[in-house]
Amino acid sequence: MTTKLFGEPVRRREDPRLLTGRGLYLDDLGAGALAAAFVRSPHAHARIRDIDVSAAIDVDGLLAIYTWEDLPGALAQPLPLLIPHPALTHGRTAHPLAREIVRHVGEPVVMVVARDRYLAEDACDLIRVDYEILKPVVGVEEATQSAQLVHADVPGNVGAHLVQEVPSASGRAVREIIESAPHTLAFRLDIERSASMPLEGRGVHARWDADDRSLRVHSSTQTSTSVRMAIAAKLGLPLPKVEVIAPDVGGGFGVKIVHPWPEEILVPWAAMTLGREVKWTEDRREHFTSSAHERAQVQFVRVGFDGDGRVLGLDVNILHDHGAYTPYGIIVPIITSTQLLGPYKIGAYRVEFSSIYTNTVQVTPYRGAGRPQAVFCMERTMDHIARHLGLDRTAVRAANFIQPDEFPYDQGLIFQDGRPLIYDSGDYPESLRMLKEMIGWDSFPEEKARAAAEGRTIGIGVGCYVEGTGVGPYEGGHVQVTSDGRVHVSTGLTSQGQGHETVFAQIAATELGVPLERISVVTGDTRRFGYAVGTFASRAAVMSGNAIALACRKVRDKALRVAADALEADPRDLEIVDGEVRVVGAPGASIPLATVAVLSNPLRYAFDEEAARATQFAGAGSSFDRPPVAPGEEPGLEGRDYYSPIRSTFASGMHAAIVETDPLTAEIRILRYAVVHDCGNLINPMIVEGQIHGGVAQGVGGALYERMVYDGHGQLLNASFMDFLMPYATEVPAVETAHLQTPSPLNPLGIKGAGEAGVIPVSAVIASAIEDAEGLVIDRMPISPSELFDLRRAAG
Amino acid sequence: MHEITLTVNGVVQQVAVPGRRLLSDCLRHDLGLTGTHVGCEHGVCGCCTVLLDGEPVRSCLVFAVGADGHEITTVEGLAAPDGTLSPVQRAFAECHGLQCGFCTPGFLCTVTALLRQNPAPTEEEVLEGVSGNLCRCTGYQNIVKSVHRAAEIMAEDR
Repeated sequence: MTTKLFGEPVRRREDPRLLTGRGLYLDDLGAGALAAAFVRSPHAHARIRDIDVSAAIDVDGLLAIYTWEDLPGALAQPLPLLIPHPALTHGRTAHPLAREIVRHVGEPVVMVVARDRYLAEDACDLIRVDYEILKPVVGVEEATQSAQLVHADVPGNVGAHLVQEVPSASGRAVREIIESAPHTLAFRLDIERSASMPLEGRGVHARWDADDRSLRVHSSTQTSTSVRMAIAAKLGLPLPKVEVIAPDVGGGFGVKIVHPWPEEILVPWAAMTLGREVKWTEDRREHFTSSAHERAQVQFVRVGFDGDGRVLGLDVNILHDHGAYTPYGIIVPIITSTQLLGPYKIGAYRVEFSSIYTNTVQVTPYRGAGRPQAVFCMERTMDHIARHLGLDRTAVRAANFIQPDEFPYDQGLIFQDGRPLIYDSGDYPESLRMLKEMIGWDSFPEEKARAAAEGRTIGIGVGCYVEGTGVGPYEGGHVQVTSDGRVHVSTGLTSQGQGHETVFAQIAATELGVPLERISVVTGDTRRFGYAVGTFASRAAVMSGNAIALACRKVRDKALRVAADALEADPRDLEIVDGEVRVVGAPGASIPLATVAVLSNPLRYAFDEEAARATQFAGAGSSFDRPPVAPGEEPGLEGRDYYSPIRSTFASGMHAAIVETDPLTAEIRILRYAVVHDCGNLINPMIVEGQIHGGVAQGVGGALYERMVYDGHGQLLNASFMDFLMPYATEVPAVETAHLQTPSPLNPLGIKGAGEAGVIPVSAVIASAIEDAEGLVIDRMPISPSELFDLRRAAG
Repeated sequence: MHEITLTVNGVVQQVAVPGRRLLSDCLRHDLGLTGTHVGCEHGVCGCCTVLLDGEPVRSCLVFAVGADGHEITTVEGLAAPDGTLSPVQRAFAECHGLQCGFCTPGFLCTVTALLRQNPAPTEEEVLEGVSGNLCRCTGYQNIVKSVHRAAEIMAEDR
């Protein structure tokens, strides 16, 4: 059947537009708009003594220069602290333009608006800011010991401190269990900073309609509804007078979920103030020093275990570097600390983290959001245990797995959404069996020996993870069938390239029995759907997918009701196939969905042929003892519904890699990479695989290449693509994938999120493989060839 | 200001630009051909790749005045005049060789030139051929697959 499209590798409907240059990204909009540019701090920590704009005001084409002192009302206040948490005792956010103190290189200080970007930058170059340089705090350990404070009123630079402890089944404390365990290990792990780095940076375009007193804003955002609310609040506008649209977005990976970015309220304000269209397009250097980073953590691990490798107690202390501000709260370390346990049941667990201020770019979620660090910690622990006991690394993992009959499994922790961390479903032993078979785990020792005989050094690594996906609170969907038989689907969350137009259309086609080509999908446009949370945490398919399915079911019910009237049949005997409502088993007895849409909307005026059939005088089957729109009914064939889960779904996966290290240069090459992935029912396997490929590529970057190199002055030394190394095609291996499907019992479609999975375990897997190849302990990622070379030398 | 003449996608265009105007900005903002994207403005990501007299160049590293009198093909000029997608465009759609689509125009131009020079590239040659373009979404293997598929389609079409 053509319309049962759920689960099919349907080709993307976005592609024809994007392949011909007809995509519409932020900077493609607003031809002729004024351009905004920013003077940003060159210092990591400084007091602004004076801003001298006198040399800039003569620049041809200049319209305005704004500093913090020019900002009115709420715009002059600090930006919102989006996710307050009781443990975040010292949350701090920046002002849209710096007020008195700058706390990282790249913090915006002055906004300039001119006729075009070249002229705006000319003016920026001529503005002189006099700074009193303060001592910067760089590096998370230094920050905890430093007398220097990032924020004068935050003692010890500690923004948040949180402890969660799950004692043993018999109620014994974790530390006591570790002390009395047959085996104990303690070690330290380091993970460096990276960043989302979408190829399209951020951008904002705003148009003020002075007559209507309304604002239309396009932003390259992962959450248009929240940007809208922030703009309305900061600019004092009624919400219905603000529209925000996320056009085609050139990648997000987390960095575009932060909102409002200063520019998202400053640019609309400038448009209102000047009565002209204003646009700002971030350049790459700005992106490096003023958009968010992630990943940096130092972890101290103590683990107690028995002779089979079963973990009896695990105690982890994390220092999390959150940079200069905490607009997104402490979501990242919360996720690290709660997702650390992965697919394992650990005897007893204690985790403590301190979230530390430093004079560097703020840290907010980047694809995987705290999980790559968590998995690095747990999987390094598994490898340490295996080495200590002389056991196979997969055997140690298997000894600790939660078993398929133990779901739902409660880890006893509170997750990022404030709800209990309860896994819904999974089959970890089967996942490991599939992975070992795919990569040839059991026969690898012979392969390794053969390679060694040829003078080649190879090693194999493995990593397992569980990913809480589809976090609430909710998403919605609206579905409308128009009288031409077309189906218009909208949802409030956005798309940054995940193929939402395609998968949501697949869901609607399947639910409504309508061919794909008659379905259109709009995402991230507050004109079409105003209630939404956003696209992050692998939640879009779970949240909006289910909401759209529920909305479709409402439409379907109404369509069958209306059609049953027209066909004089029982609604229970009807089905919708290929856009037609048919009586099951009675060929010929059918009515097009288009006609049902006409019948559902009684009209006074015949403006076209379909409308003529729906006017009051068309009258077929109408009854004069009830109103044309019956009580409890609404005109039209449309439905709206929301999906709000009780808790997250838990996708899972396992990766394995074979690497080769050069005996002389220590160059690291990935020879094979295998993934077993379980995200419940697959909507579109082609798109899911694409998400895995992309995730693994980002993971490879994080494992081998990407790091933000800050010097002691807080200067980012590698703020360009020449120096911050992202992998090209030559560095990313082909990924071999297999799917396991354990449907989620939590939602009608049985799906779990898939957006971030690929990136999560890669550093752990590569570390494990290098360790196996070299016989050296790898406790810090990323690792470069020169670092591996140094490790070899240190080991003698 | 300099009066320059560019032949873009077969159409002769006259435009007045300051000497410092980048070709990428000229194409995007002066001529409205926004399919060419700008990802880094320092010549590393390859998003802004266009064909200058048939050769792939990074339009963010070329001044518009430097292209005066030359022929340029942008992503908007790859499909046939009747809208039929080029073999390279078709192959990318078939093999899921794009996700967000931002780097895609640069890849399409690069690959078009690559296959013109070498209609049947080996795996190594394909990797080498696309290794000047960054993609943050796809993980590249479907892009590599797309290049091989495009070569096949072109061979079938001949």
